[in-house]
Amino acid sequence: MSAIFGLIPLALSTDRVWWMPSNGALHGLAIDHLMWWNLAILSALFVLAHILLIATAFRSSPAPSHSDDQREEESRQSANSRNRSNISATIWKSELILLFALTLLYTWMAISAQRLWATIRYQGAAPQALQVEVTGEQFQWYFRYPGTDAAFGLTRPELINAPAGNPLGIDRTDPHSTDDIVSSILVLPAGREVDLNLRSIDVIHGFFIPGMRLKQNAVPGMPMHVHFTPSIPGDYAILCSQVCGLGHARMQTHLRVVSNDEYLTWLASHAPKPIEGATR
Amino acid sequence: MSIQLQQTMQRRRGLFTTDHRTIGIRYLLLSLLAVAIGTVLSLFMRIHIVSPDLKLPLFGQIPPEGYLALVTMHGTLMVFFVLTTAPVNGFASLILPSQIGAQRMAFPLLNAIAFWLTTLSLVVLLGAFFVPGGAPISGWTNYPPLSAITAAGPGQATGMDLWLVSIGIFCFASILSAINMLTTIVSKRCQGMTLLRMPLTVWSWLVTAVLILFAFSILFAAVVLLLSDRHLATGFFVPTGEVINGLLLDRANSHANGSPMLWLHLFWFFGHPEVYIAVLPSMGLTSSLLANFTRRPVFGYRFMVATTLLIGVFGLLVWGHHMFVSGMNPYAGTAFSLMTMAIAIPSSGKVLGWLAMLLRGRDSRVHPMPTPMLFTLGFLSFFIAGGLTGPVLAQPILDAYLHNTYFVVAHFHLIMAMAGAFSLFAAVYYWFPLMTGRLMHETLGKWHFWLSLIGAYATFFPMHFAGLAGQPRHYAQLIGSTSTFLSSLLPLQTGITHSALFLASAQLLFLANLAWSARRGKPAGSNPWRATTLEWASDLTECRVVRGPYEYNFQSNLSDFVMQCAAEPEQE
Repeated sequence: MSAIFGLIPLALSTDRVWWMPSNGALHGLAIDHLMWWNLAILSALFVLAHILLIATAFRSSPAPSHSDDQREEESRQSANSRNRSNISATIWKSELILLFALTLLYTWMAISAQRLWATIRYQGAAPQALQVEVTGEQFQWYFRYPGTDAAFGLTRPELINAPAGNPLGIDRTDPHSTDDIVSSILVLPAGREVDLNLRSIDVIHGFFIPGMRLKQNAVPGMPMHVHFTPSIPGDYAILCSQVCGLGHARMQTHLRVVSNDEYLTWLASHAPKPIEGATR
Repeated sequence: MSIQLQQTMQRRRGLFTTDHRTIGIRYLLLSLLAVAIGTVLSLFMRIHIVSPDLKLPLFGQIPPEGYLALVTMHGTLMVFFVLTTAPVNGFASLILPSQIGAQRMAFPLLNAIAFWLTTLSLVVLLGAFFVPGGAPISGWTNYPPLSAITAAGPGQATGMDLWLVSIGIFCFASILSAINMLTTIVSKRCQGMTLLRMPLTVWSWLVTAVLILFAFSILFAAVVLLLSDRHLATGFFVPTGEVINGLLLDRANSHANGSPMLWLHLFWFFGHPEVYIAVLPSMGLTSSLLANFTRRPVFGYRFMVATTLLIGVFGLLVWGHHMFVSGMNPYAGTAFSLMTMAIAIPSSGKVLGWLAMLLRGRDSRVHPMPTPMLFTLGFLSFFIAGGLTGPVLAQPILDAYLHNTYFVVAHFHLIMAMAGAFSLFAAVYYWFPLMTGRLMHETLGKWHFWLSLIGAYATFFPMHFAGLAGQPRHYAQLIGSTSTFLSSLLPLQTGITHSALFLASAQLLFLANLAWSARRGKPAGSNPWRATTLEWASDLTECRVVRGPYEYNFQSNLSDFVMQCAAEPEQE
């Protein structure tokens, strides 16, 4: 018995939305709650509307038979018309009440969603947030870490040459670029806010991490920032969500959320070795 | 010789006729062709997603870019040549003049020209399949730079040019057609047909025509700008420093640092009103048919007119809700989100009105329900199902997860494609007597309805789950480096493919019904549905309207229905 009662809060838990991958971001829980309530209320409305729709498809009373008696017919009709105008007034009133209720529902949705949207998107990342540059190009994501100097080296479109190992067009003559780390997977420490600098060198790509409840297009010529805090270590899929050409479906990679120590080890192992006499 | 000449002349007159009914039927046949091709393309897509190695008859194995070409062409055919052409141009040409008591459209020749331009546009579009590189692969929205640069992918060369030219012609034809509809409604109404005596279908066409003038003019401009970016080295949509396929785009003399965002704004300024262009005529038809089949007047006629106007006005102001994650300012996202929530109110009002009509008319309605009524109920069901996910997607923070996933695919296929298609079916079953003088076969029609209803829900409802799971649309295959994430959805997608095949096969019943009923259907007589609106009047030459459009059981001392043009009815 207690097991059954134990299941009820689990089934009604708003932490997890059916089918959605588990959330690993700090801001994700609030989104999942909102999604749960939205889907629950709208599913209920869907069912209610269909009950009404189907109920009206069945006749509640047989069709009035044609009466020979003129007087009886007339009295029936006048009763009918009185009845009808009453029914019409009732229906009209309940329609307005329902419409008002729906308006309140939409208002609640608008306000709660906007509050969350404002919290997450209106402001940029905190100044101490980890900086990572994300670049989309057909059909690959690249992640650049600024290295020990905490500054990204210059990039120039004319230097882009993926076969020669410079897919981002990093200007190696810029002193800031010597310690930049370029990776094809995103590795982040859990619990630290990250500020992604999102850009694209060719067409519009969609940077999508379902597990982080994060999506933002990367638009060429328009670098932009999006920030979040990964909270639960694990491996999360990164996808491209905006059709970008024939390899669109292949444009996937991973986000690995690890502990801070593991993150530092990973950074150290990927730091570029200084090469004597290296040119661009 | 002269007889031969005469026959040729007659054929010509037949081919280039300016008769609005003939043009309407031709528009519908054009849409039927487009929907058939579009459906086959969608089946190829569905099969490719679940078994990419399968060799299809006539098509062979589909490469990834082939899948995206199918997506682009499916979307373009369905949105432009089915959901715009059939309910707006097709049925408006066929029905609109007689519903307002006019003998013909205001500009019959313009009507014919618009039809032939639309046909040309379809031919040009389909031509994209047969040029080197094939059809464009950037989806029906064709975001630049993917659509602006030839090197961005196969199909982005001649195929893309053909797409742009085709849509340019289509815009022009639609604008001509809208001017014609607008003028007809404003100036050709017969005596006594005041604005508030117009059937709700006419109100819908009126608002639709205004929306077309706004939306398609902007799309036309966007298409011209994109063509000039492609061929005249302008830079409206392409930023400087653009590198495609490892090559820096050489735009030596171009200082224009364009932005793809401009295209998004222009396209969606067209794209969102387009949704209402497709669905408003369905709304008008639904009100009319519910009145007819429940044998009661439309519930809240003025309310319905007001909500149609509100939807038209709001429809022009919500385009940004397609762009919450596109890089648009988040404050703009808030504004568009609030506008979108506002448009849910008149839409909900309409749905409540229809439900009220059903509830009130449950005793008086026609029994058993004829096929057009069933399809109208189907429209209502899909409109509710697809409409309810609208407010979810209108919340930027939730859209930031659901945008471009299968959830969106489910949403617009339910509310636009299935609701639109079911309403078109209702219109065809209902108005078939005006095209052929015969009724469509009822039993076949009912089978068609039930199988389509089941097939459509089985196809599109599960897509919500794929979307919640995070599967993006436009994915040719469920593989990749994060393979377990996507491949776990394979069973779901396989089920959807089976349902889609079932849904498409059910449409064969409709084709059979059309072919059979056109020749052997039951003769319909002059007013088979005992309707009040003027398209069923036997003679419009001296038409004088004396009452509103939906006088079904209006007063208890009058007969079951009174036509708009009927003189003072006899007292019973």
